[in-house]
Amino acid sequence: MNALGIISFEDNTANVEGLEDYRPVAAMSFMGRYRIIDFVLSNMTNSGIDNVQVYCKEKPRNLMAHLGDGKGYNINTKRGNLRILYGEKTFSSKVYNHDIANYILNMQYIEEDKNPYVVVAPSYFLYSLDYSVVLEQHKKSGADVTMLYYNTTEGKERFLGCDLLTLNKGKRVIEFHKNRGKRKNVSVSLEAYVMAKETFIDLVNKAAATSSLYWFKDVLKDYVDELDIRGYQMKGFVACINSLQEYYRVSMELRDHTVANGLFKPGWPVYTETSDSAPTKYSEGAKVVESVVSNGCEIKGTVEGCVLGRNVTVMEGAVVKDSIILPGAFIGKGANLDHVVVDKYARINHKKELTGTAEEPVYVARRDLI
Amino acid sequence: MRANTMAAMILAGGRGSRLLDLTNKVAKPAVHFGGKYRIIDFPLSNCANSGISTVGVLTQYESVLLNAYVAKDQFWGLDTNDGGVYVLTPREKDKKGLEVFRGTADAITQNIDFLDSINPEYVLILSGDHIYKMDYSEMLRYHQEKQADATIAVLQVTLKEATRFGIMNCDENDMIYEFEEKPAHPKSTLASMGIYIFTYKTLRKYLLADDKNDKSSHDFGKDIIPAYLNDKRKLTAYRFKGYWKDVGTVDSLWESNMDLLKDDDELNLSDPSWKIYTEDVNALPQFIGKEAKVENAYITQGCVVLGEVKNSVLGTNCEIGKGAKVVDSVILPGVKVGDGAKITRCIVADDVEIAPGAILGSADSENIELVAKKYVE
Repeated sequence: MNALGIISFEDNTANVEGLEDYRPVAAMSFMGRYRIIDFVLSNMTNSGIDNVQVYCKEKPRNLMAHLGDGKGYNINTKRGNLRILYGEKTFSSKVYNHDIANYILNMQYIEEDKNPYVVVAPSYFLYSLDYSVVLEQHKKSGADVTMLYYNTTEGKERFLGCDLLTLNKGKRVIEFHKNRGKRKNVSVSLEAYVMAKETFIDLVNKAAATSSLYWFKDVLKDYVDELDIRGYQMKGFVACINSLQEYYRVSMELRDHTVANGLFKPGWPVYTETSDSAPTKYSEGAKVVESVVSNGCEIKGTVEGCVLGRNVTVMEGAVVKDSIILPGAFIGKGANLDHVVVDKYARINHKKELTGTAEEPVYVARRDLI
Repeated sequence: MRANTMAAMILAGGRGSRLLDLTNKVAKPAVHFGGKYRIIDFPLSNCANSGISTVGVLTQYESVLLNAYVAKDQFWGLDTNDGGVYVLTPREKDKKGLEVFRGTADAITQNIDFLDSINPEYVLILSGDHIYKMDYSEMLRYHQEKQADATIAVLQVTLKEATRFGIMNCDENDMIYEFEEKPAHPKSTLASMGIYIFTYKTLRKYLLADDKNDKSSHDFGKDIIPAYLNDKRKLTAYRFKGYWKDVGTVDSLWESNMDLLKDDDELNLSDPSWKIYTEDVNALPQFIGKEAKVENAYITQGCVVLGEVKNSVLGTNCEIGKGAKVVDSVILPGVKVGDGAKITRCIVADDVEIAPGAILGSADSENIELVAKKYVE
C-alpha cells in the first residue's frame, strides 16, 4: 500500500481520569494484554502500510518501550520503518502541543517519505479496518479527503465531545459540529483521513498559518466548502476511549467473546509487545466466570465479570467483580472489589472493600498500596 | 558468552516413537508442552538464559516444522550479532553423497565443519526432548574447575529407576570411572541426563576416530564416553538438582503437564529470573464464559472456555463448548471440544475437533488415552 501511516493523538476533550496521569491514551493497557495503540497500528500494518509515524502527545517513555522498532507489529524493519515522533518544542504546553505543531516540527520526515498518500488515524478510536479499501475508494471518488465516520444511535450516551458530521446524499461532508449528547442518531467522525500527501502537507501549513492553536480538524472545518471531503462509513464494532467511563464500559462490553469478535477478526491479527508470561494458573477453589484473562495470572479467589491483565494475582477469599485489573496488580486475601479499575502493580493488601458503579468506577492508582 | 567460548548442539533428530501419533508429522522436540510451549523451548531458553549465543539444532525425522520453528532465533533472543540458531540437517556431501545421521555422535561428526567454523573452546551437547531448567554456564565453570575432558550432568534417581538409565559410577570426587547403560544391578544412582560438556579439541579427535570405526554405533553414551574412559580421560559428573523429566511416552508427557498444576510446582514457569521463551502467537486473551467452571487448571491465551475444566492443561486457541467437561487431561493447541463432550484422562492432539456429546477416556483407566484423529465423534 503506497501510503504513509500517521498515528495522531486525541485532543484535550479526551480525559481518561486517573490512567492518563501515567501515560497517554495510546499507551493505556486494554483487554488485558494490549495497549490502545495496538489496534490502529495493527490495522495499518495489516493493510500493508510499512512506514508508520506515531505522534506521541506526552510521556513518551511508555510508548517507546512498548512499540520498539515495530518488529512486533510485523513491520519489515529493513523496508519499512516505525518512527516515534513528538513536538520537541511544544511538549510541555497543554495548549500549544496539538497535532499541527507536531507535524510542523517533524515536517522533514513527512516530506522525506516516498509514499504519495497518507492515512492519518488516532489511536483512541478502536475498530478493525483495512485502510487499503478506503484508499481505493478515495482514489476512485476523486475526493480531496476521505474521512471515516460511524453511524450510531447512542449519540446521547457515547462519543461525547467527538466531532459529528453532516453528510449530503453523495456522502460529501458539509458540516462539522461537536457531540454534546443532544441527539440519538449521529454520524461520528473517527478523525481518520486518507488523502494525497501533498494535500495533507498543504492543509497542515494552512492550519499553522491561520492560528497557532489550530488542530487538524479545525482546518478541515474552515475548508469544508472548498475541499471535497467525502465520508467513508465504518460499520461493525467502533468505540472511542475518551473517558474513564468509556474505557470501563467498552472493556465490560468486550468480555463477551461474541462482541469481541467484532474487534478481533480472523486473519486480521492484533499485534502487541509480547512478554513471555507463562500460562495462567487457576487454583483449586478458584471461581472465574464471564471474564477475560491474560497469561501469567495466578487466580485463587473469585473473579466475576472482570478483565485481568498479565501477571495479576488474586488471592484466596478475594472477590473481584466487574472490575478491570491492569498488569502486575496484586489482589490480597479477602479483598472485595466491585466496579474498580486497578492500575498497574497496585497492591490491595489488607482486607478492603472498594465499590464503584458503572458510571463512576473506583480508580486505584499505579503502584498504589491499599 | 562469546560465540567461540562454548557452542551448544541440540540433538533433535529423533522421532520419539513412544509418543505414538503425536509424532506422526513432527519430531518429538516440536511436541507441545505446558499449554504454550514446545519441548525444544526448554533447552533453547536454557541456552539463552545461560548466555550461550551459538546453538546448532540437529534435526532429521519430520523436520519441516521443527526447522522452521527453531530458525526463528528471535523467539529466544538468540538473534545476536555473533550467534544464532543454526539448523543442521543431513546433507549431500562431495564424494560421500547423502548420509543420514547414524547416531548421536555421528550427527556431530557430520557437522564438524560447522563447529570448526565457530571454533569453540567447549561444546555443550544437549537433547531436545527433556523438560528442565538448567544454567549451563554453572556447569561450564565446574568443567573448567575440574579441568575435565568431559563433564556429564547427572541426576540422583532411586535404585529402582536406575535400571532405566545410563548410570555413572564415580569416586569420592565425582570423577567417573565407569559407565553402565541400564544396569540390572546398579552400583550407583547417578543417572546421565544426556547433557555433556566436552573440550572441543579432544572431542574432535574422538569423533574422527569413531567415524572410522565400523563397529561403532556412533552414540555418545555407548561409544564416545566408553572410549574416553578406556583412555583414562578426565570425566566428571555434574550433579543437577531440580525438576527434570524425559517426556518420552504419552503417560510421562501427561504427568509432566500435570506437575504444573501442583502447589509445589518445582518447574515454576512463572519465575521471572529464568523464563522459558517460545513462539509469539497473536492470540487473544482467554475468554471464560458465564457458565464456565475452571478449577486447578493451566490455561493459555486464545482459549475460550464455556464449559468445565478441571485438573487440566489447555493449549493456545482451544475452545471448550457449553456443558463440555475436561477433567485430568492435556489439551494441545487448536483443539475444539464440542458442547457437552466429556474428556477424562486424555491427551488430545493439536487441532483435533471433538464432536458435541462425545465421551473420551475414563477416570479409572490405567493409561492415558491419546486422541489424535482429526475429528472424533
